[in-house]
Order: sequence, then structure tokens, then C-alpha cells
Amino acid sequence: MDTALMEDLYYSMLLGRHFEYAAKENYFQGNISGFLHLDIGQEALSVGAMKAFEGDVFTTYREHVMALSRGMSANAIMAELFGKVDGVSKGRGGSMHMFSPKIGFYGGDAIVGGHIPNAVGCAYARKYQNKKTGCLVVFGDGATNCGGFFESINIATSQKLPLVFLCENNKYAIGTKIETVSAFSKQAKKVEAYMPTVEVDGMDVLAVYKAIKKAGEYIKEGKGPIFVEAMTCRFEGHSISDANKYRSSEEMKKCKELDPLLKLKPLLDKVFVEKIEAQVIRDITEAVNFAHESPEPSLAELNKYIFTDEGLKHAL
Amino acid sequence: MLYREAINLALDETMSEDINIILLGEDIANVGGTFRVTEGLLDKYGKARVIDTPIAELSIVGNAIGMAIGGLRPVVELMTANFSLLAFDQIVNHMAKLPFMSAGKIRLPMVLRMPQGVSKQLGAQHSENYENMLSSVPGLFVFAVNSPNYAYHALKKSIKMDDPVIFIEHELLYNKKEEIDMKSDLDPFKARIIKEGEDITIISYLKMLDDTASALDDIEKELNCSCELIDLCSLNPVDFKTLEASIKKTGRLIMIEEGHKMGSYGAQIISWAVEELFYFLDAAPLRLCGKNVPIAYNRKLELASIPTPKSIKKDIINWGRINGL
Repeated sequence: MDTALMEDLYYSMLLGRHFEYAAKENYFQGNISGFLHLDIGQEALSVGAMKAFEGDVFTTYREHVMALSRGMSANAIMAELFGKVDGVSKGRGGSMHMFSPKIGFYGGDAIVGGHIPNAVGCAYARKYQNKKTGCLVVFGDGATNCGGFFESINIATSQKLPLVFLCENNKYAIGTKIETVSAFSKQAKKVEAYMPTVEVDGMDVLAVYKAIKKAGEYIKEGKGPIFVEAMTCRFEGHSISDANKYRSSEEMKKCKELDPLLKLKPLLDKVFVEKIEAQVIRDITEAVNFAHESPEPSLAELNKYIFTDEGLKHAL
Repeated sequence: MLYREAINLALDETMSEDINIILLGEDIANVGGTFRVTEGLLDKYGKARVIDTPIAELSIVGNAIGMAIGGLRPVVELMTANFSLLAFDQIVNHMAKLPFMSAGKIRLPMVLRMPQGVSKQLGAQHSENYENMLSSVPGLFVFAVNSPNYAYHALKKSIKMDDPVIFIEHELLYNKKEEIDMKSDLDPFKARIIKEGEDITIISYLKMLDDTASALDDIEKELNCSCELIDLCSLNPVDFKTLEASIKKTGRLIMIEEGHKMGSYGAQIISWAVEELFYFLDAAPLRLCGKNVPIAYNRKLELASIPTPKSIKKDIINWGRINGL
């Protein structure tokens, strides 16, 4: 794999890691409120997938690092966490709802499994429009127990839709161990009758990148969807308010030994690594400053965006 | 033209103009729809644009949202509003909220058509009205379709809107006949005065409007008064201006609907009138609704559960007498 790509992946993972550190810090300082689902530990999956896939992406509430890697600015994401008007969703969305159609990023959905049927519909649109690419939908292992997931694998297969299903299997549905609630610990089992499945080490950014590249190529063939299961491990609780008590210190130690940043770092030039670390700190400091300085949304615009401006004329 | 033919024509005409308009629903392509609304459209537009879906409402609505995100203009037929419950997460959490949560970056030009209501002995799980729930959700326009003319014009305009629309039909209205005024520039958001009157404002929509209309002559004769009958048409937003003018003129308000009285849609209209027009009211408003019971299969029990022309007549006359008419 070429150096420039590896460096880009490392930079994005490091940026993601430090972004999440800053988000956590600002949450405890009271600058960020509500839900905050940190991606620390899972950066290889988020970054590898976002960098590799060419089409439209639908993802979950744990999406800061994905949004960053897809090309959304750290400033706009941090400002959104602060609920400010320069936030990517102008303070209407918050941590879980970030969208940018320009870069094919469609959230940011806070209903577990709720976005999967949307991705199926968008994949239908891409097929109908004869677009070369399709869609990627990212969801956790917990979402594979939802009815909508099973409806979606059926429809995507029967309609031969260009859709990559990417399951981030971190082995916990919120705080419940996968074995407690799922018939299988590997979710690909649920899908095997429908489409090809691939398992990948979700803690290895190069492996994720390659797997999603390949999956992206596969859906262009017109043979239908493909399922990628990335085995991963989050270093934090499900959300900021989750004390993570359901995992033993031994389990956490093993998990942290798989740190995707530490895995890639030895393969990179030391001078580059030092340079990029300084750069990331600067980027994140700037993002936090930007978020602080951005104004609150205007109360006069409370109704804005519920409908189009044309629709709003009728609604009020 | 029949009500179902008017909807078909609206679909046909808009589809012929815009290749992005896609229909999806259960049995809508090959069969032409349970109520024959989409007959002939598969042959004309092909299976990529007229899609028979699995019986999976969550996905039907969820997929339509994704299609709209992807640049298409989907028009969904849910076989009945009763099944919309399976799609409620998609309707409420996605269809109504994605445009807002994305600060307008996502637009959902889509229409969700669904017939509802007490038909004939379809049992408790196929006889409900859910306009009360649907109208309570910010982010959705909700239209209730009483007539072929309104159906034709309002559907065409709904499909062309860039905001999500819930288009509620009634199962017993599909064979209702009416000439369509092709030249009309109908505003779907505007309430329709069916009959002008001086003494009582009666507001209704969907099938109850027709049941009320059929009892009107007797009511007027018996109470020696004249009633103004209004078809609400748009349930959210509400055309309060038209209602206000009528209530200020008559000083009396009756709201009639088929759904259960508890949490009924019309409670909102009465509440608004009492809050805003209290001193214009000469009598306590009357609200006629379905009873708070699931709808039974037996025809007599079924009819005892909802307003009928007979019960409407009796209830309004009693109310009129108590209130000095």
C-alpha cells in the first residue's frame, strides 16, 4: 500500500482520536451536552471505510470520526457538538445528526437500525439513475437484531441493489453482551443465505480499507449487496454516560492492546508522525476555539428548516 | 370521475412529466392496488417506476425516504393506515425530522398515501383512523381527501412539493363520483366551504363530511336554521382563517369525525376555537366522534361505534334544542 495513503489513514485516525478526546473534555467542562457516543478505539473501522468507499454513506449516532474522514470540517463538527450556528446542522442536530449531501454523507441516525431502510432506498435510486457507485450503510451488531435489518437484507438482495452492509461488531448492544441477545456472535451468519459475507479485522485500518474497496467494487458488478463484518472494540462506554462497568479490566486491557493507531504507527516515517501529531493538536485546538466563538442559533429561526421555505409559508 | 380514478389520473399525469416520480407499495403494480388506484400504471411506466414491495411497511416508507434522499420523488401507497403503525418510526423519526435535523440539507419530496377508516366489517385491526397521531407530528403536511376534485388537484400539488406529505384517503370513498374541474388552481391547504349557512358551523372531513351532508336537510328543517358545512381538507396545517370567519358568523361550532373520542383530531379544533374565539361562541361546541372502543366485526356493533347519518342528525338536533335553536 502506498505511503501517502497510509499517512492519510494515520492522520485521519489521529485526528479522530484527538477530536474525541476534545469532545470528552468539553463535555465534562459543560460545553457539550446530551448524548455523546465516542469512537475511541474504533477509528480503524471508521476511517478505513470512509476513505475507501466512493458512493453515499449512511451511518449511526457514533459518527464524528466518520464525518471527519469523509471530509466534513472539524470546526463544523465541533461547533455542532456545542450546539452553535456554525455547526454542520446549525445546532439542530447535535452529536448524532450530521449530514452533508455534498460529500455523500447522510447521517447520523439515532434510531438503532432506523437508517438501514433509508440506505436501501438510496441504493435503489442509484441503480435507477444508472450511477456507477452505490451506498454504504454502517451499523452496529445490535442493529442486526432489528426487524428493519432483516427486511433490508431481503429487499437489497431481491432487488440486486448496489449496497455494502458494514457491521461494526464491537460485541455489545449498548451494554448488553452480544451472546445475550443475538442468536450468533458473528452476525454474518444471519446474512449468509442472502449475499456474500466478508469478515475483517476492524482494528486494522489497512485491512478495513482493502475490504471496503473490494466491497465497493463488488457492488458495481450489479450482482447485488455484500455484507462486511468488522470485528472491533470500543475503548469507551456506549455513550458518555455509560460507566462501562459491564466489561472487566482484563477485557479492556486486551481491547486496548489492539489500538489501531499503535498498529499503524511503526510502519510510518518518524518525522512524519511527529509532524502530523503537532498538526492534529493544532487542528483540534482550532476546532474547539471555533466552536466557542460561533454564535448560538437565533431564536427567531426556531421554525426554520422544518419545511422548505416554500412549505413554511403554508405551515405558519 | 371516480375518486380512485382521480388519484390514478393525478399519478399518471405527474409521472408522465417527471421521470423521478416512483410509486411503491403492496400489490400496486401487477394487481393495480387493493382499491384499484394504480391500475394501468405498471404497463405505462414499467416495474422500475411502479414497484411491488414486500409486505413490510417499515421498509416501504424507509426505502421511500432513502429514494427521496437519493434524488427521486417517491409516492408510497400504504395498503391501509392501519399498517402505517409498522412504519411509524420511519414516518415520525425520519420522514418528519431528517429535513429539520440536517438544517435543510436533506429534503424529502415524498407523498405517503393511505386509506383509513371504518369500511364494512373489516374488524378491529383494519378499521382505524390515525389522522390525530399523524397531524401531531411537526414536519409533515397532512391532507384528508373527501372528493375526487380535491384528490386530483391536491395529489398533483403534493407530488410536486419538496416537503413530505401524508395523503389520507377513506376506504369507502373510492367509488365516489364527481366532475373534476381541470381549470381549477386548487390550494390543497385551504378548507372548502361545501355549503354556506348562518347559524351553525359544522366542520368535518373524509367520509364523515358526506354522512353529515346527507343529514343536513333534516337538521335544518327540524331546527329551523341554516348550517355552514366545511371540509377541512388540510389537517396540518389547519386553515384557521376560513374556520374563524365562519365561526364568527354563526357563533356555533360542531366538529364531526370518525376516530375515537379520546385524543381525537377534532379536539384540537374545538380547543383552538375555545381559546381564540370564546366570546364569539353562543353555545358550547359539540364534538361527534367514534366511541372509545375497538371496531367490532358485527355490522350493528360496528355502526354503533361511529357517527352515522342517523346519529349525527339526532345528536345535532338534541344539541340545537338544548342551545336555544
